[in-house]
Amino acid sequence: MIPASFDYHRPRSLDEAIAILASHGDDIRIVAGGHSLIPMMKLRLAQPGHLVDLQDLGELRGIDAGSTIVIGAMTTQHALITSAALAATVPLLRETSLQIADPQVRYCGTLGGNVANGDPGNDMPAAMLALNASYRVKGKAGERDIPARDFYQGAYATSLGEGEILTSVRIPAPADGHGYAYEKQKRKIGDYATAAAAVVLTLSGGKCNSAAIALTNVADTPLLATEAAVALIGTSLDDTAIAEAARRAQAIAKPSSDGRGPADFRAHVAGVMVKRAIARAGERAA
Amino acid sequence: MPKMHVKLKVNNREVEGLAEPRTLLIHFLREQLALTGPHIGCDTSHCGACTVDLNGKSVKSCTMFVAQANGAEITTIEGFVNADGSLHVLQEMFREHHGLQCGFCTPGMITRAYRLLQENPDPSEAEIRMGISGNLCRCTGYQNIVKAIRAAADRMSHAKEAAE
Repeated sequence: MIPASFDYHRPRSLDEAIAILASHGDDIRIVAGGHSLIPMMKLRLAQPGHLVDLQDLGELRGIDAGSTIVIGAMTTQHALITSAALAATVPLLRETSLQIADPQVRYCGTLGGNVANGDPGNDMPAAMLALNASYRVKGKAGERDIPARDFYQGAYATSLGEGEILTSVRIPAPADGHGYAYEKQKRKIGDYATAAAAVVLTLSGGKCNSAAIALTNVADTPLLATEAAVALIGTSLDDTAIAEAARRAQAIAKPSSDGRGPADFRAHVAGVMVKRAIARAGERAA
Repeated sequence: MPKMHVKLKVNNREVEGLAEPRTLLIHFLREQLALTGPHIGCDTSHCGACTVDLNGKSVKSCTMFVAQANGAEITTIEGFVNADGSLHVLQEMFREHHGLQCGFCTPGMITRAYRLLQENPDPSEAEIRMGISGNLCRCTGYQNIVKAIRAAADRMSHAKEAAE
């Protein structure tokens, strides 16, 4: 499969990348790890006239785990998996990364690409909703932060403006002893989720005092299951509370029928993933 | 579309060529450098037959433009053979443990196994299976591939101890 022709740009600085983007309007695409875009280009579902490759922008790589955890957009999933700092502060990222594709893809695939692509099948967006992350983006007009919870508008439609580059993901450090889990049902390694759920919660005196639940690939966008999380607050994460949260999460799931199963089944799986993720997050919470 | 000048280090040899930016790395390797060890299997980044080692990472060369690889150091299966022409220990172990049948996946499988063992010289069976989960084999059922990689890990650690 041969993609359509394009001009290739490999800028040496972020400012240069922004200038290149600005001069090509909507006829240019950013390539980070390329493992979403290149398959689309090979199928000619994407035919940009220009490609701007961010691989030389060292300023977009790296992990800084302070009270806000800042991860450069070009940080690969492999780097997330092997980061001791992240394992100690936001282990949900390692667990989610390991569910993405396969080892080869994770050496190339980036956090920024996964969250900015807008594909409802991508796994990181749900984790970002659960962690209440924000995305720092930069364009000609300057820099701004977009909460992940406001970022996703539809399939491949996001709040990223034309000419803007996502530069980093910023995550408020979860409380010490928080519980977390990413549960993903998939048919095989490398597949998108039939349904998946990210859960982050905290316990105090055996009772849940904060919770966030988000769903992958059961709608045009990742979904924050706010009502489902509310069902856990004040409970000891007993079976009744977990079942009610799963019921509420399942109620907002609106998957389409596809090769992964009929819509009803996929919504049901979303409920099952939520149950498992809450239970595991509860076991991990101190 | 004008061609661009591409410079790579492949199997320890500096190579140069002209290619359109849209040329996939696998096509450049196979058609311009005549390195036909890396195979085109699925052409959709699932099967891993096209795996090469690029700057110390296992990469599916069907899902990378040669423009992106420009300046990189690459090892393909052709680069594994020892200087005296004998087989690399991974190749030897795949042969000894019957880790291949038709052989189509083998170049990618060995290239991936090499990087896995660089990162984790003493992997468990589960770690080997996860480590090669991006490489599909339709013949062996993986059992003998896992055995071969484990045996190569033992050989490589013995060789390392002997050298120390």
